[in-house]
Amino acid sequence: MIPAEFKYLFPSSVDEAVRMLAEEGEDAKVIAGGQSLVPILRMRLAAPTALIDIGGLTELTGVRDDGDSLLIGAMTTHYEVQRDHLIHDHALLLKLVTDTVADPQVRHRGTFGGSLCHADPAGDLLAPALALDAVMIIAGPSGRREVPASEFFVDYFTTALAPDEILIDVRVPKYTGWGAHYEKLNRVAQAWSIVAVAAAVQVRDGTIAAARVGLTNLGSGPTRAVDVESALVGQPVSAIAEAALRASAGDGYKDNLARVLTGRALTAAVAG
Amino acid sequence: MHISVNVDGVTYADEVEPRLLLVHYLRERLGKTGTVVGCDTGNCGSCTVHLDGHSVKSCSMFAVQANGHEITTIEGLARDGKLHPVQEAFRNNHALQCGFCTPGMIMQAIDLLADESDPDDETVRKGLEGNLCRCTGYQNIVRAVQDAAQRMKPGAGPKIEQHSDEHVTARQPVGGE
Amino acid sequence: MTATAEPEVGKARLRKEDARLITGQTKWTDNLQLTGMLHMAVLRSPVAHARIRNIDCSRATALPGVAVVLTGEDFAAEQGSLPCAWPITADMKAPPAPSLAVDQVNFAGEAVALVIADSAYHAADALAAIDVDYDELPVVLDLEEALQDTDLVHPDLGTNKCATWIFDSAETGSGTNVEDEIASAEVVLERTFRQQRLIPSFMEPRSVVVDPSADMFTVWSATQIPHILRWMLAAVSGISEHKIRVIAPDVGGGFGGKLQVTPEEMLCLLVARRMGRPVKWTESRTESMLSAHHGRDQLQKITMSARRDGTVTGLKVELLADMGAYLRLVTPGVPILGAFMFNAIYKFAAYRFVCTNVFTNKVPTDAYRGAGRPEATFAIERMMDELAAELGMDPMKIREMNWIKHEEFPFSTVAGLTYDSGNYEAATARAMELFGYEELREEQERRRSSGDPVQLGIGISTYTEMCGLAPSRVLGALRYAAGGWETASIRMLPTGKVEVITGTSPHGQGHETVWSQIVADRLGVPFEDVEVLHGDTASSHKGMDSYGSRSLAVGGTALVHAADKVLAKARRLAAHMMECDEADVEFATGSFSVRGTGTVRTLGDVVLAAHVAHDLPEGMEPGMDADATFDPDNFSFPHGTHLCATEVDTETGMVRISRYVAVDDVGTVVNPLIVDGQVHGGLAQGIAQALYEEAVHDEMGTLTTATFESYLVPSAADLPAFLTDRTATPATSNPLGVKGVGEAGTIASTPAVVNAVLDAVRHMGVRDIEMPLSPERVWTALQGGQS
Repeated sequence: MIPAEFKYLFPSSVDEAVRMLAEEGEDAKVIAGGQSLVPILRMRLAAPTALIDIGGLTELTGVRDDGDSLLIGAMTTHYEVQRDHLIHDHALLLKLVTDTVADPQVRHRGTFGGSLCHADPAGDLLAPALALDAVMIIAGPSGRREVPASEFFVDYFTTALAPDEILIDVRVPKYTGWGAHYEKLNRVAQAWSIVAVAAAVQVRDGTIAAARVGLTNLGSGPTRAVDVESALVGQPVSAIAEAALRASAGDGYKDNLARVLTGRALTAAVAG
Repeated sequence: MHISVNVDGVTYADEVEPRLLLVHYLRERLGKTGTVVGCDTGNCGSCTVHLDGHSVKSCSMFAVQANGHEITTIEGLARDGKLHPVQEAFRNNHALQCGFCTPGMIMQAIDLLADESDPDDETVRKGLEGNLCRCTGYQNIVRAVQDAAQRMKPGAGPKIEQHSDEHVTARQPVGGE
Repeated sequence: MTATAEPEVGKARLRKEDARLITGQTKWTDNLQLTGMLHMAVLRSPVAHARIRNIDCSRATALPGVAVVLTGEDFAAEQGSLPCAWPITADMKAPPAPSLAVDQVNFAGEAVALVIADSAYHAADALAAIDVDYDELPVVLDLEEALQDTDLVHPDLGTNKCATWIFDSAETGSGTNVEDEIASAEVVLERTFRQQRLIPSFMEPRSVVVDPSADMFTVWSATQIPHILRWMLAAVSGISEHKIRVIAPDVGGGFGGKLQVTPEEMLCLLVARRMGRPVKWTESRTESMLSAHHGRDQLQKITMSARRDGTVTGLKVELLADMGAYLRLVTPGVPILGAFMFNAIYKFAAYRFVCTNVFTNKVPTDAYRGAGRPEATFAIERMMDELAAELGMDPMKIREMNWIKHEEFPFSTVAGLTYDSGNYEAATARAMELFGYEELREEQERRRSSGDPVQLGIGISTYTEMCGLAPSRVLGALRYAAGGWETASIRMLPTGKVEVITGTSPHGQGHETVWSQIVADRLGVPFEDVEVLHGDTASSHKGMDSYGSRSLAVGGTALVHAADKVLAKARRLAAHMMECDEADVEFATGSFSVRGTGTVRTLGDVVLAAHVAHDLPEGMEPGMDADATFDPDNFSFPHGTHLCATEVDTETGMVRISRYVAVDDVGTVVNPLIVDGQVHGGLAQGIAQALYEEAVHDEMGTLTTATFESYLVPSAADLPAFLTDRTATPATSNPLGVKGVGEAGTIASTPAVVNAVLDAVRHMGVRDIEMPLSPERVWTALQGGQS
């Protein structure tokens, strides 16, 4: 299948990209790795008049240490996230989740920020971003602003980004020494998750000091199992099974998966 | 738009429409018909080529995005009439039937072996999860990749394929933002 | 010429085909670029059932690069009706099947307009600028509702019922009356199974190029059937058959999905004629899923009668088969191919098969790997497990009780076929040994008693199938419009090299390699000296092409006969050259010799002598070529035992295959590499039916699984490693002793997997789960709900 025509622009800086977005109007779109966007364009499910390719903005790639948190450039590829030492040491959950994103070819091109902005509720990176209290650093015509993940994901394929804004960095607090696990149930390797659970746990002296649990594809965006998280604080590891039941209250299949996979994710996170 | 792309060791300079998919550029402009299109959604992996030594799906990229980069296709693997060890292994292990997925499968297998020099069965299967084959049930493909791993010697294949992961390290803080 | 001493048949020869395929030097149809070539794009109906009120092409026609936009009205006088070659009954209802819809669309995806442009990109742009005004009609989707005839797919036919086809063993004399057996049975089981709709999903999308130059229409197509296509294109278009040349170059898989005469092939031909320029059409994957024929889609009601000791006495099969909106090449016959296979490897007294073919507003169904036989095998193998469960018997034991013993061959079945050979005991014994059946049963018991959340199940499939399609007289009796023979030619070239021309049309099966092996053995020439030509009606003027696991059993036999003809002539000439009596000439490893003397002439010497023709026996024609056409007397009957162990996660419903053993008996094996490969690929597709794949339509009749994102073809990461082995009971119906292997894995594996899953959870109250066994369906069944 063949995309409709569009204008293609290569900005040389973030500010130029923002300016181009404003100039091209609402039908312009930013292309990052393009791994979701290009198939959409080929299927003609979207027909932007202009694409602004931020692939050349090297300042948007890579991970850097920012004291208590990491700053992950929006254009950092999944492949780079998987192999980054800082992420491995301070945000292991992100590495484990990224290991399951799509397939190796897509991970070479697809980007961390692009996945978050696409905001597919079945996308893997939304739940850990939410659970880890990531903050989106956004560039727009009036400068930079920061939006916490809890406010960033608005609805199916919809974020708090305005049409003339670009996600440039993601700040993720450090979770140094936390155990982590991503428990994903999908029908085939390439299929989207039916439900998946991203869990990070801090255990001190056999007691759970803190837990973070994010769920993929349970609603119109990622969800966070705050009841599970709070129920675990100060509890022994053996409390996981009971606490996991709070992941969802319903009796449907996905609710069941939320509970079962939360239990498994937490158990594996503690063990790992 | 003007692009300059090195494909299989030859540099091409061309004017292309921005919407021209890389795979169509390769097939229709450069005649590199060894790379094929099997789907619309980036699922089948038949169009896999290497961009600067890493596997990508050439149906999910525009030709303009390859400007200034090096592309290796299935047609650029053999050197001086000698097949790449992965190509050899696919033939020796009957890892193909109709052969339509084979170029993409071989390109992805080479990428996989760059990351995992001695992969077990599960590692191979996961490493090929972005490539669909309808003929072989994958059994002989897995065997071929493992066989190739044993034959691969440092320096096999074209130079651009001999990449390392050195560039994948933490970015130094960028000042002045 | 050096002779080859070691037999080629049975050797694991690496394939000749691979050199071009692993280097990207392949000839796919879509690779073709011809001077002045136009590109065709097809606008497809987004709705499943509607009258076309108006098509406005004005915007599209004005776009850059567009040569013309054409609609059904432009072709109304010349497009005719696409052929259905299998009118299964005299009163079968068959609607006209236009290549391009004229005033009504009957499935979502049906072609309604064409853009002809200077590039595929321009054609795609213009497609988006065509405005069609549809007047929507009620949509008929469900088979049972369709039979009520409340809404009609084709109002002119007055019914949605296409045909009813019956086989009854009491009527044919091959058995007793099934109703009597059911009435007097100690046990009667009734089950309903749904064979979901599948999409063949060949990896190479279909592509067609037609070049009308040089007073000839040259048609390149990614097809399994160049010969049948040529015949049908001529018959439908009115273009003389001798003015059409069809070439199937390298073809990227088919699995029955390219056993078709498609609207797009017809339209490319008509457009090329109209425009006087070459035309290319290559489909996208979504287009393929929306318009290339689908497979399976049956509702099976099965009644089995038995004695309490486990002896089956009768089987009644009542099928509803979904035709979709039109009858394509063999659409109505696919379920009939299954009619002879429901009895499978078992002996019982009575059998009745009633199939009702039904029209719906969906893509037409047609052949898909196994075509009728997987459906039959699934039903009988599921029923054997149901009977075992009902009687509390071991499912393997109950099969042994009922199957045909090896000493009973040849065996006339209740469905009226004669199985020539088989040894179910041997294949089963080998499979049980490789599988570790008893140990797994113990492990299963442990998990049951400990209440393990991951339960273990064992699934059995002791299948047979009919291959080597087909004896022409049988096809005639079944009202099929063509024969089932196959042809081969051998041309001995003056330098001793050999050209083989086959009427089969490989698309991944490796005929170039296997045919070379057969000829190398037969003629004593080196494997490398044989070139196999196929898929071009200019070099191979007749053939019945490749499908139904027929190529080796039928086409291979034709090749043997052609080789024998070459040898017979060569022997006569050799005797003449060596001045001896023909009866004293011996042939071995490529050379003729005179018994009891040292006189020798190689085949090469003799071929050259025939070619120069300086001194030939009286009446002998120059040259050394032979043609042979073989029409089989009988089908061939591969069989085997497949054993599958699955782990079922009862908390999530996820199924994992933990062990899969396939022991197949495909008769003599020419190339074990290729046979193993066919089995592996077949298993993958059969497993995919059990667990993953399903073409789903919404209530409007829109296909919601029109990409590989939603139609789940499994990847390497989703399938297990298989353990395969063979027994070899040669077929007696052909000189090679071969049976066919293309479909075996697919036919056998689906019930093995489903039986295994049910075996894992039957003790938890689950009796059936509809395919594909998605985790949600398995979990729902475990909750006691409808799956």
